[in-house]
Amino acid sequence: MTDARSAVMVATTRHPWGGVVRVGLLGGVVAVYLCLVGIVPTFAERPLISGAISLGHTALAMAAVFSGYLAARRAPAGNVQAVAAGALAGAIAGSALALLVVVGEVVDVRAVMLQASPALYDLLTLGMGLAGFWIPAVAGAVLAGAAAAVSILPSSYRLPLSWGLVAVVVLGLFAGLLRTPMLTGALSGVARFLFASDGLTPVGAVITFVVAIGTNVLQRRVLVRQRIAEMPATRRRALLAPAIVAGLLIVLVLPLSLGGFFAQVIALVALYVLMGFGLNITLGLAGLLDLGFVAFFAVGAYTVGLLTSPGEFGIAQWPFWAAIPFAALIAMAFGAFLGLPILGIRGDYLAIATLGFGEIIRILAGSDLLKQWLGGPRGILNIPKPIDVPPDHFLAGPHQIYYIALACAALVAFVAWRLRDSRLGRAWIAIREDEDVAQALGIDLVQTKLLAYMLGAAFAGLGGGIFSALVGSIVSSSIQLFVSINVVAIIIVGGMGSIPGVVVGAAFLIGVPELFRELSSYRFLFYGIALIAMMRYRPEGLLPSRIVRRELHVPDEVAAPGAPVNGSAAG
Amino acid sequence: MTGDANGTGGDVILRLEDVNTYYGRIHALQGIDLEVQRGEIVTLIGANGAGKTTALKTVSGLLHPPMGKIIFDGADVTHVAAHELVRAGIGHVPEGRRIFARLTVLENLHMGGFTRSVAERSEDLERALTLFPRLRERLSQKGGSLSGGEQQMLAIGRALMSRPRLLLLDEPSLGLSPILVQQIFELIKEINSQGMTILLVEQNALQALNVAHRGYVLQTGKIILSDTASGLAANADVRRAYLGEI
Ligand SMILES: Nc1ncnc2c1ncn2[C@@H]1O[C@H](COP(=O)(O)OP(=O)(O)O)[C@@H](O)[C@H]1O
Ligand SMILES: [Mg+2]
Repeated sequence: MTDARSAVMVATTRHPWGGVVRVGLLGGVVAVYLCLVGIVPTFAERPLISGAISLGHTALAMAAVFSGYLAARRAPAGNVQAVAAGALAGAIAGSALALLVVVGEVVDVRAVMLQASPALYDLLTLGMGLAGFWIPAVAGAVLAGAAAAVSILPSSYRLPLSWGLVAVVVLGLFAGLLRTPMLTGALSGVARFLFASDGLTPVGAVITFVVAIGTNVLQRRVLVRQRIAEMPATRRRALLAPAIVAGLLIVLVLPLSLGGFFAQVIALVALYVLMGFGLNITLGLAGLLDLGFVAFFAVGAYTVGLLTSPGEFGIAQWPFWAAIPFAALIAMAFGAFLGLPILGIRGDYLAIATLGFGEIIRILAGSDLLKQWLGGPRGILNIPKPIDVPPDHFLAGPHQIYYIALACAALVAFVAWRLRDSRLGRAWIAIREDEDVAQALGIDLVQTKLLAYMLGAAFAGLGGGIFSALVGSIVSSSIQLFVSINVVAIIIVGGMGSIPGVVVGAAFLIGVPELFRELSSYRFLFYGIALIAMMRYRPEGLLPSRIVRRELHVPDEVAAPGAPVNGSAAG
Repeated sequence: MTGDANGTGGDVILRLEDVNTYYGRIHALQGIDLEVQRGEIVTLIGANGAGKTTALKTVSGLLHPPMGKIIFDGADVTHVAAHELVRAGIGHVPEGRRIFARLTVLENLHMGGFTRSVAERSEDLERALTLFPRLRERLSQKGGSLSGGEQQMLAIGRALMSRPRLLLLDEPSLGLSPILVQQIFELIKEINSQGMTILLVEQNALQALNVAHRGYVLQTGKIILSDTASGLAANADVRRAYLGEI
């Protein structure tokens, strides 16, 4: 062990540039991978800055920037060395792409690599083909060198610059979505000036960059954070009220001004927030890893479908509002029925068992056995919208589902919050922390675990019921394992046991891939990267709950409460 | 709860009659007979693997013996679930302390009072903190950050929060420095002097026999000796096997 480590140290002192070369090679592998799995070609169809830079270029540039940043940190001391290291790593990474171009232009490798097309090479060489094979290497060196230079700047320059670039990328991504609603209002002039139909206009990009830097510098000058922190508690509370009102306005009113597509997406996000809150009780509070969430989602969805649809398989034609409590109740009953036999199972084995239930229900839903009642792959159609309004009403589209899901999510959050500080909540926490001890302190394991499982199931059923109303139908192909995976991933990314964490997790994992169709075909790659990165760099999630934060970041004794966990997150 | 304690009169709080406990096919307790009287400290000593922990878990209902009978406070509790035995008055401090490391000291203590009402709990908390003043200074610190001795105090305090009438202690001196071992045994004596009946499991036989009134010696699942504590401490076999004399 110690021998190996000292050997490594000898190696690094002998070859100070070895680490830099490795970063470059890694960057090259990533860049070639991005090209060959089709991310770069797909993204290239979407401009970020209209007529100049596509999302595909941005993805490659990001690989170069990261290489430069990492290389600068591995370089020997000295500013020149750092920049040189960045440029070297970028050149190596870019050379990998150059090699791809040369090999690809000479030998046709498309038989094995579908994406290795002339279009890709044109993209990499800015249209010059084989003659421009050197372009990726030079571009990589320049970009990575610049990134390395920025990374060694003092933070008063580095942060505004990074902030400006992030703002351009984000606004470029959202440009299309922002432009459409703005065109109809008083802002149409501004919209045309800043946004093209696809991405930012070049002028818009420059303005965005400058404004973002300006606000960041201003904010750092005025020391907003520090002033708020130094404020007496009463004044801070006085600030809180307007902040909450502003937040509510954004959540409640802003969606109305955005189009139907956007409403559909945020309705789905709100739905997953609701289900995330539900699983957060089972997993976050009681520590039961339930991977069969989709089973109860299905029960809720089919209950609403059967009870409300006037179509072929409908049995009651009830209004949505009468059916939805039933969906939750029946899902809860299923939770009790499925939960009783398996709650004696501990830890990982419980996850496997619930995974099995999820699959059983999924297969049943699509089976011939239940086809005469549930419609199989054709499903139950014509599920009515909860609120019956004329087509031009503001609640006609997916907006109403958004508000319903939001209200239900708020309800679930309230229930979860009240439960956490209750006797039952304490019993859940005790079981999560140590099952044997919990029992020895007087907690009834079966009853307590079953309640957690049933509540999670009820909220999954609620989510499923709302989902069927959102889509207007329920077909067997909607019942997929990835519904369960989505909900678990949301909680892990957001922060286990944390209510704001679920919102952030859902926005990030559901909203982002839905908004950007280019991303959604790479959704699981995106998930994989996000989950690995989270586990590696921030295992407590983006917005962790108090207990988890305490465990992971306070090794011993007491740290000052509210001390920043990650100082570099400012700005 | 029904059933009578037959025999030795009203002050027997716990009796085990021919208790057999298994882990699958491993016969861990092989016909244990044992008795604890109200107000006593009784110790169960024995080598590692003798079955001491198993015996305590059987008493507190975490394990159920398929053969034999456990009578607590005059009632047959052989088949009563662990969480109900807490209400009946059995408090268990598990081996290795097992405090909730991620929860604060206060939260740990509150968990201990799970079976009590809110009003009762604040009274019990005050009592526990009077007994362990060190914990009062550390109420908002997380359990895992306490020292070994403080963790043991917390584990005992947590068990006391349920107001037991019989306290089961599993190797409270495990892993503590000699000075802390001394302190913990002092505390055990003090808790007992306030009227608590204690069944104490120890590998540290010398110290255990020092504070206990009576003792049992457990060897591979069987009781091989029982006597007053001073009698056991004087016994040549015991001295050779457990007190490190040749
Ligand atoms: N969970 C278990 N599964 C199987 N065997 C066990 C388990 N726990 C303890 N045993 C066995 O039962 C016997 C008694 O163990 P234990 O009661 O822990 O002894 P002690 O507390 O006296 O050290 C040992 O032989 C041990 O190996
Ligand atoms: Mg033991």
